[in-house]
Amino acid sequence: MSAPYYDEMRAADGSIRPHYRPFADWIDRVPSARIAQKREEAERLFHRVGITFAVYGDDDGTERLIPFDLVPRIIPADEWQRLEAGLVQRAHALNLFLHDVYHDQAILRAGVVPAGHVLGNAQFRREMIGVDVPGRVYAHIAGIDVVRGGGGEYCVLEDNLRVPSGVSYMMENRKITMRLFPELFATQSIRPIQHYPNALLEHLHAVAPAGREHPTVAVLTPGARNAAYFEHAFLAQQMGVELVEGQDLFVQNETVYMRTTRGPQRVHVLYRRVDDDFLDPLAFRPDSMLGVPGLFAAYRAGRVTLANAIGTGVADDKSMYPYVPDMIRFYLSEEPLLANVPTLVLSRKDELAQALARLDELVVKEVHGAGGYGMLIGPLATAAEREAFRERIRAAPERYVAQPTLALSTCPTFAEAGLAPRHIDLRPYVLSGKGTNLVPGGLTRVALREGSLVVNSSQGGGTKDTWVLAPDEAC
Amino acid sequence: MLSRHANELYWIARHIERTENTARLLDVTYRTSLLPYHPGEPGLAWAAPWSVPLITSGLASAYYQRYSVLTAENALRFMILDPSNTSSIYACLRAARESARAVRGAITSEMYEDLNSAWIEMRDTDYERIQARGVSDFLDWVKMRSHLFRGVTFGTMLRDEAYHFIRLGTHMERADNTARILDTKYHILLPSLADVGGAVDYYQWASLLQSLSGFEAYRKIYKDVISPRRIAELLILRDDMPRSLHSCMNLIYDTLQLLCDEQSREIERMAGEMHARLHYGRTDDVMSFGLHEYLTDFLERISQLGNEVSRTFLVPA
Repeated sequence: MSAPYYDEMRAADGSIRPHYRPFADWIDRVPSARIAQKREEAERLFHRVGITFAVYGDDDGTERLIPFDLVPRIIPADEWQRLEAGLVQRAHALNLFLHDVYHDQAILRAGVVPAGHVLGNAQFRREMIGVDVPGRVYAHIAGIDVVRGGGGEYCVLEDNLRVPSGVSYMMENRKITMRLFPELFATQSIRPIQHYPNALLEHLHAVAPAGREHPTVAVLTPGARNAAYFEHAFLAQQMGVELVEGQDLFVQNETVYMRTTRGPQRVHVLYRRVDDDFLDPLAFRPDSMLGVPGLFAAYRAGRVTLANAIGTGVADDKSMYPYVPDMIRFYLSEEPLLANVPTLVLSRKDELAQALARLDELVVKEVHGAGGYGMLIGPLATAAEREAFRERIRAAPERYVAQPTLALSTCPTFAEAGLAPRHIDLRPYVLSGKGTNLVPGGLTRVALREGSLVVNSSQGGGTKDTWVLAPDEAC
Repeated sequence: MLSRHANELYWIARHIERTENTARLLDVTYRTSLLPYHPGEPGLAWAAPWSVPLITSGLASAYYQRYSVLTAENALRFMILDPSNTSSIYACLRAARESARAVRGAITSEMYEDLNSAWIEMRDTDYERIQARGVSDFLDWVKMRSHLFRGVTFGTMLRDEAYHFIRLGTHMERADNTARILDTKYHILLPSLADVGGAVDYYQWASLLQSLSGFEAYRKIYKDVISPRRIAELLILRDDMPRSLHSCMNLIYDTLQLLCDEQSREIERMAGEMHARLHYGRTDDVMSFGLHEYLTDFLERISQLGNEVSRTFLVPA
């Protein structure tokens, strides 16, 4: 029986796909002892550089490594061109949607997206109605998770428009593979991604409050105990801007300042990695210790730009996901270049009935869940688990969506007994501000356990470097 | 730069410098403790060598809260490994690494890697392992880590404010530590009258010099027997001796001139006054004022300067 999965390296007949040929030759040629040595070296490098990921609520052994797998995920030039166009289109439409729902709400009036789904959503921020943000950009950084189905077609699994993370792993993974396989980089054209921080800074400059030629940008972090702190520090350093915490900032006359050794200094753009709820105790959660009192008032007054904007969560919620293709048609009058995973919206009666009839084939997700928690994977669940979930769905069908079990593509990965296929996904980072674009690549996450489809790092996932090949030069 | 970052950088440097001075002090004490001593007779060492590092660091009472008797093992555990002693080598490396983590954006990645790997090695060290590799070998490692940190800082860091705050921290701590170590002789090393000029006296002064990396310099400069007057000159007034008070104040004063502006004239004045006293001071004056009195006065002033630096730059209201 042939595997129902698309393998990135091998075609169905077992032959090596052309874009993997140089890598496959290399791995055949290099003795396994040397590869083992390279794996150890990678491990050591990661430890030394301190690319770790903090675990909440653990005072002592606070950090651990996200496992890194040496085998790159390689994307040929033509595939990337299609993917890139689809991602840019999607991010563009999502930004138009966000501007619309906080202004005219044309898409709700046209009945394309049910008004109740938007206005009744906990992520819809009433405070943002009528607020104009520079360039009408809301999701300056969009992490759009992409998977490949059994036929090799790319589709979008999820949009992350709040504070998507992981981009530092994309960059560190590249640094490590360049160090470990210089010969592979020398013999083929792998497109560089190391300019990401520079690109991000350009976009952030472009959305500064009007009339600012040399805006001061800062990265706002919840602090060293946050799981993604390494990344916050990394990006601040790479962009050459300050890494600030709430306690470093204060607001006076609707203007944001940081406390420096030379007195107060004005801040124009905050790349904030703090959730909406915690940004300003005066506007949102009053118990927030991470925020800056008065920040929202300064933001409303257009005196500071926040990236991403407040209230982007209304567009990346799983209840909104099924409507994104319609948003693309509505705002851009174009057909979506990247499909969604077919999704049943269980608040719709007929789709609920379909889902309940096929629970053993489907993955059911909570619309507000994240991180791989609170979901039912039908084919792997016991009959009792499915029955229990069935009751939960019946009680509140609007809280769930259902999707077919994804045939995530596989990529060879080092396992106990040598190379073996493991399931992967891809998170590219789409940047908006000065236009919309992305660096060629993203973070490939891999489910390290055999057969597992869960790639989240909190659930034992690892990462790989992602190589996008340059188009062949014309002869 | 952010005041909070300046504060962390300043303390990274102070903590690392402190580990080095603690290691020096412990190393000399350890080697001295191996010399024979016979109470009542002129000998080659003194009765309670392990009290020296405790008193010098101002940690004697904290030590006796934890241990009732003074032994080499307890003193080493307390000064090297005790997480509750905020000046232990363990606690200083942990604090330096925590600060580095908090200001990753303000230091180079090489500096972070250096502090991180030092901490990881320290975390995995216990008393048995120190014994197994040898106490002196471990203390050499601590000193080397401090040298490495300064070297990495010097070799990789942009000469910006962050760099200046690190240099300031290093030399504030070093000035304080040198003065304390010099003053040790007053506290505990006072020989009995019979010992003055004798072998005990020689070993005491020699170990003091060694703990300040001054033994070889002394030989080079004076080519003569060790005398307290010359030691005072070497470690207080000479500006070519990198651990001397004068040398430290040169760097502190120069650094503060780069950092100060209209709002911080008082700091500049305080540092300038301290610097002038060392720059124009004479050994005779130090000795007639009294070495202990001179050092006590210096420690008081450097502590006031530290407070003023904090108030102005690091933790503004």
